[in-house]
Amino acid sequence: MTIAINPSQTGGPVFYVADEHPHPEGWSTSLGFWIYLMSDCLIFAILFATFGVLGGNYAAGPAPKDLFDLNLVAVNTSMLLLSSITYGFAMLTMQQNKVAQTQIWLAVTGLFGLAFIGIELTEFAHMIHEGATPQRSAFLSAFFTLVGTHGLHVSCGLIWLLTLMVQVQKFGLIEANRRRLMCLSMFWHFLDVVWIGVFTFVYLLGVLR
Amino acid sequence: MSPDLLKLIFGRLGFESLPLHEPIVVGTFAVVALGGAALLGGLTYFRLWGYLWREWFTTVDHKRIGIMYMILGIVMLLRGFADALMMRGQQMLAFGGSEGYLNAHHYDQVFTAHGVIMIFFVAMPLVTGLMNYVVPMQIGARDVSFPFLNNFSFWMTVGGAVLVMASLFIGEFARTGWLAYPPLSNIGYSPDVGVDYYIWALQVAGVGTTLSGINLICTIVKLRCPGMTMMKMPVFTWTSLCTNVLIVASFPVLTVVLALLSLDRYVGTNFFTNDFGGSPMMYVNLIWIWGHPEVYILVLPAFGIFSEVTSTFSGKRLFGYTSMVYATVVITILSYLVWLHHFFTMGSGASVNSFFGITTMIISIPTGAKMFNWLFTMYRGRIRYELPMMWTIAFMLTFVIGGMTGVLLAVPPADFVLHNSLFLIAHFHNVIIGGVVFGAFAGITYWFPKAFGFKLDPFWGKLSFWFWVTGFYLAFMPLYVLGLMGVTRRLRVFDDPSLQIWFVIAAIGAGLVLLGIMCMLMQFAVSFLKREQLKDVTGDPWDARTLEWATSSPPPDYNFAFTPVVHDNDAWWDMKRRGYQRPLTGFRPIHMPSSTGTGIILAGLATAMGFGLIWYIWWLAAVSFIAMLAVGIGHTFNYHRDFDIPAEDVIRAEDARTKLLAGAK
Amino acid sequence: MNTDTHAAGVDHHHNGDSHAHGSFSTYMLGFVLSVVLTAIPFWLVMSGALPNKQITALVIMAFAVVQIVVHMIYFLHMNTTSENGWSMMALIFTVVMVVIALSGSLWVMSHLNSNMMPMHQMSGMK
Repeated sequence: MTIAINPSQTGGPVFYVADEHPHPEGWSTSLGFWIYLMSDCLIFAILFATFGVLGGNYAAGPAPKDLFDLNLVAVNTSMLLLSSITYGFAMLTMQQNKVAQTQIWLAVTGLFGLAFIGIELTEFAHMIHEGATPQRSAFLSAFFTLVGTHGLHVSCGLIWLLTLMVQVQKFGLIEANRRRLMCLSMFWHFLDVVWIGVFTFVYLLGVLR
Repeated sequence: MSPDLLKLIFGRLGFESLPLHEPIVVGTFAVVALGGAALLGGLTYFRLWGYLWREWFTTVDHKRIGIMYMILGIVMLLRGFADALMMRGQQMLAFGGSEGYLNAHHYDQVFTAHGVIMIFFVAMPLVTGLMNYVVPMQIGARDVSFPFLNNFSFWMTVGGAVLVMASLFIGEFARTGWLAYPPLSNIGYSPDVGVDYYIWALQVAGVGTTLSGINLICTIVKLRCPGMTMMKMPVFTWTSLCTNVLIVASFPVLTVVLALLSLDRYVGTNFFTNDFGGSPMMYVNLIWIWGHPEVYILVLPAFGIFSEVTSTFSGKRLFGYTSMVYATVVITILSYLVWLHHFFTMGSGASVNSFFGITTMIISIPTGAKMFNWLFTMYRGRIRYELPMMWTIAFMLTFVIGGMTGVLLAVPPADFVLHNSLFLIAHFHNVIIGGVVFGAFAGITYWFPKAFGFKLDPFWGKLSFWFWVTGFYLAFMPLYVLGLMGVTRRLRVFDDPSLQIWFVIAAIGAGLVLLGIMCMLMQFAVSFLKREQLKDVTGDPWDARTLEWATSSPPPDYNFAFTPVVHDNDAWWDMKRRGYQRPLTGFRPIHMPSSTGTGIILAGLATAMGFGLIWYIWWLAAVSFIAMLAVGIGHTFNYHRDFDIPAEDVIRAEDARTKLLAGAK
Repeated sequence: MNTDTHAAGVDHHHNGDSHAHGSFSTYMLGFVLSVVLTAIPFWLVMSGALPNKQITALVIMAFAVVQIVVHMIYFLHMNTTSENGWSMMALIFTVVMVVIALSGSLWVMSHLNSNMMPMHQMSGMK
């Protein structure tokens, strides 16, 4: 924005912008979304704190060693990691304005995400079948809530992804859609970061305990 | 119909849920129903619904949303204060074998509702409303960063308030105290809907608060006008920034804690139970990680208001601007390091208690620095004792007393004696009324002419001021005495007749505050009737210093026809001193966000979902949730969310102001 | 942090998203690093390669921290200049808050447990 001098005040101080351009659309979006992610980060922090405090209270019930299958967790982790890199490819193709390829990479990301949710649900179902329900002990309450909240976030991400794919199909890679894809990208990678905490502190350290 | 079907449709809601056995509630309901019917009838008769919907409910204008927040806060103040009067009355009467006039079931709801309403639905809306109204104008912006979110946040806050109010007439409210500690709040001890009302009211309102926090941070960071560096921002904007940082960093904690409590209640998990490894103290720990920053969320904007008021009415630049900013930032961070002082007595031991005791005492240092800054601003100033300044001086006296009793409580051994006593009650009312409420009143009287174009009537304002201040001291000083004698909070009946006199004095104080509130309502009415006499056409009735006074009162939709350029801390003062000429030509179309009904619809659905969850009406909860999702996603398909105000409209508005200003000279 | 840039009206035409976007090579580098940083802790725990559990715990926590940083840089494109440093500032503030809430809760609650559950310490006390 250039600050044009008001004719009546030539020489004096400039107190307003005569030739003004509004902020571009979405001027605050990426910062706003980032701050939202930070608040989400605190949600997870409190869930981690709860797990940290209550995670050892098995109430004579099953302990992590009896429940966790690290092979499955490793497969699940790789699903999420793969979905991260495919989302990265979607962003790269988006920058080159290739609608079809962007859509394909987004779809692949969605499939990996879906696989992640599927595996997680299988794991949950298996545990509940074994009698390790969220009601069984404070440890299990904290476990299901922490991991489940992450899963819920991924599910929301999937709904969002689908919505965006429809919007990209309908309106193309317009500025607004690019901005939205970038926000979802931040969301998706953020969930990945949270998952690092989950597999380290919940699964790996749990099995070590 | 079969009971199963009834249960499917109505959940646990039935005729027995209506508190028909409580004559007080029935009476209140009659009054509210009559008043409500009269209001709705009046709106229909005068055909105001369309106007309200178009111009207010769906607006994304930060000024109107701010005003709606203030109205919500004042309406809820009446409700919360009615609860306070009932408590004072009960405690005054219930001596010598008398049971008073409230049964335990009702009394417990009253004190819980009082706390919840005063914090979440009075103090928060008042503070948020003032920030919403003032901050964008102080930084020379046309609106907030996310205008639609702003509207949505407001209606979510209203949704929470609606749920709390509904609990008065349908079912009951929590009987747990305002923080709903488990195990009392768990399903075993509170099987009724009270705690569920509490949970969902706060969750719905909490979403709104968090989003509005994000919104205002972005606004302050991204939309400042040219020249306004961080260290040239007005102090109120600074305190607002810190408050919103606190909101964004602490409300998620509340969300999680309440979510975990609801999991305990709804699906039988064991976070805060006594069995299966749960820990009720973990709830207390977590909720105070939110709770302590919350009190600074409330008081920091008040500090900002006092800073603006002091420097305006002393006719001087604020003393120690930089130290004021740093003190605010330090308070922001330190407020996260003191939460355990709310539960010294839980038994964490000496090292933990001394750490949190010391951090608590440290936090009084930046606060004290602020106090001296205000004093030095007044020193050798040409002080005008208008109403906002009077509230400020009352604040300075009252808040210092409250602060000192706070430091007393920060000493763990003293706290072991005074924990949960009336001394504590006196302390936090001392800081919250003295700080937040007086601050909100100072802010309302200060910015009212900006919002409406006429000043508030000083006579009724001063009357209200004196009733409030004397009433406050009469109501709460006796509680310090009682607390030191060992009387604990939330008691319904008393044995020791020697205590009664103190409760009588406190009740008289509450009566004076009631007069204060009535005078304030009178003040609004009288000022409205005398608006021609009290009119201000200059837009700057107090000879003030910050940018919001550079535009007309009430400001046009677009705030500033041209975005201001700032050279100095007190930007408007600087403009006045250096011969700023209001631009009269060269107006252009102005880009503005358009109104939308999505916010109110989404919030309505969220409230319906909360209601369904409270009463186990699962179909309602599910339907509202899916509808919310659909409306939310549908909204993202609307890519055209703004429009241009044509240049002719701007010219018309600005010419009208030019004429007004010419007439005033 | 340069807050004057925006205020002086210099970068008004700059698009709202000032996050860097990364390239194919940075994404791949990030991916490979994170695969390695995930695989090693899993292997350490599953094979029990280190004899001492405490050391294993510390090592995998260190890997987690490093991996989080890798994700932040290569996937979330964090740097000190995006949004005039405000993103980084928000992140640092959040990290401080997370550390306070986590370590504070653990500290407070462990003290509570050791003080208020006397059966653990009966033998030690008497």
